[in-house]
Amino acid sequence: MAYSNKVIDHYENPRNVGGFDKADEGVGTGMVGAPACGDVMKLQIKVGAGGVIEDARFKTYGCGSAIASSSLVTEWVKGKTLDQAMQIRNTDIAEELALPPVKIHCSILAEDAIKAAVDDYRQKHSS
Amino acid sequence: MINRPIYFDYSATTPVDPRVAEVMIPWLTERYGNPASRSHAIGWEAEEAVENARAQVAELVNADPREIIWTSGATESNNLAIKGAANFYAERGKHIVTVKTEHKAVLDTCRELERQGFEVTYLDVQENGLIDPEVFIAALRPDTILASVMLVNNEIGVIQDIAHLGEICRERKIIFHVDAAQATGKVEIDLQNLKVDLMSFSAHKTYGPKGIGALYIRRKPRVRIEAQMHGGGHERGFRSGTLAPHQIVGMGEAFRIAQAEMATENERVRMLRDRLWAGVSDMEEVYLNGDFFHRVPHNLNVSFNYVEGESLIMGVKELAVSSGSACTSASLEPSYVLRALGRNDELAHSSIRFTLGRFTTEEHIEFAVGLIKERVAKLRDMSPLWEMAQQGIDLNTVQWSAH
Repeated sequence: MAYSNKVIDHYENPRNVGGFDKADEGVGTGMVGAPACGDVMKLQIKVGAGGVIEDARFKTYGCGSAIASSSLVTEWVKGKTLDQAMQIRNTDIAEELALPPVKIHCSILAEDAIKAAVDDYRQKHSS
Repeated sequence: MINRPIYFDYSATTPVDPRVAEVMIPWLTERYGNPASRSHAIGWEAEEAVENARAQVAELVNADPREIIWTSGATESNNLAIKGAANFYAERGKHIVTVKTEHKAVLDTCRELERQGFEVTYLDVQENGLIDPEVFIAALRPDTILASVMLVNNEIGVIQDIAHLGEICRERKIIFHVDAAQATGKVEIDLQNLKVDLMSFSAHKTYGPKGIGALYIRRKPRVRIEAQMHGGGHERGFRSGTLAPHQIVGMGEAFRIAQAEMATENERVRMLRDRLWAGVSDMEEVYLNGDFFHRVPHNLNVSFNYVEGESLIMGVKELAVSSGSACTSASLEPSYVLRALGRNDELAHSSIRFTLGRFTTEEHIEFAVGLIKERVAKLRDMSPLWEMAQQGIDLNTVQWSAH
């Protein structure tokens, strides 16, 4: 299968690979997917004062499109408030990376990863 | 493409050997006769070339040339053998036995026969990819008319003991078909001794052209099949359609070369394959899929745990390899062959098939080993599964969110 140049760029030069301390109060962690399906994404956000995402990290087990989708969202969430980050749609990701129909699930997973990370952060701060 | 990748996909197809291409060309231009034209010398010379090639194919597998008929390839041979035998012997019974790790050309043909009222048993294999003969025997019934087992598996390269399975079938008067598409030039085949009734061949896996294959149909004891392609009654009525002398001559020459050179070639390729395995297997969490010893010399199917196969293939784009995982297609299912070995999801999703061949060199292997190590390490640094495994987390205990 031929990949778009943007997928190849994110795959070869992934942005923000790595992680933060899960226990850190300012960190939200989302882990989505399953090995059985061939992709697992871990997305972490570091939230600063005023509820703005200051930094993000990812690790992904999956195909090139899954890696590119998660790399892309770490760039997109930075500087956004939690509510703004929740507005990111899988269709935006798929369009930006020109994902073919069989790879749309990668963008869905990336959207789910953002939601899971935000939920985790909010849960930490709900009480 | 300016930089073509190094070819490690000889089980998908092989280049046509230049010696093969050379003998094919005159049969396209100067010697264009139809072998079925009995009325003039231009037809006669084409017929002679076709019969010469038939003898070359027969010789590689120690058969009588009259037992070889031309087809378009192993897929057609498998269809003709399985449907042809099932239809002919349907009055005796409606049960067929095959194996879960067979090629789709066999499995899908069996599915079609199920739709036509046959009953098919798909046997499990052992963890090493080989059939347990006891399991095979247990599956046979009084109404079993046909068994189909491949000689060499296309994904993991394991060699089934068809000599033994053939004896079992012959004792019970069950027609035994063997798909040998991946075996010619890799494994000795002696049809005078093997109790095989039908055997499928392909030219393009053995340095011949695509679009041509053959089916062996035993004469003693005589095996009957119903034709699937009707027309001018070519190939003694088994397979109508004008023969393609240039393709046939190519297959004959390819099989002649295979016979002449397979002993030395297999040793050279085995040495390269073993060097590749030695190179990649000193990394952590690397697993060989399929038995190491009952295996063709050119195949290496490896799972790099915690790295997804398709992303690794993308990572080693300087190498032309294929994934055991079917993620490249619309399906998210990993390789059904690896699943049949009982590999877990991660390992089944993490496999790469390297198949070497006539034009693979030591330099290719050295380059490949270095590249694979570098890229696997990079992808593992990016893998949350690798991170969890390093932390000592058992991935089987994790609650995953299936999607």
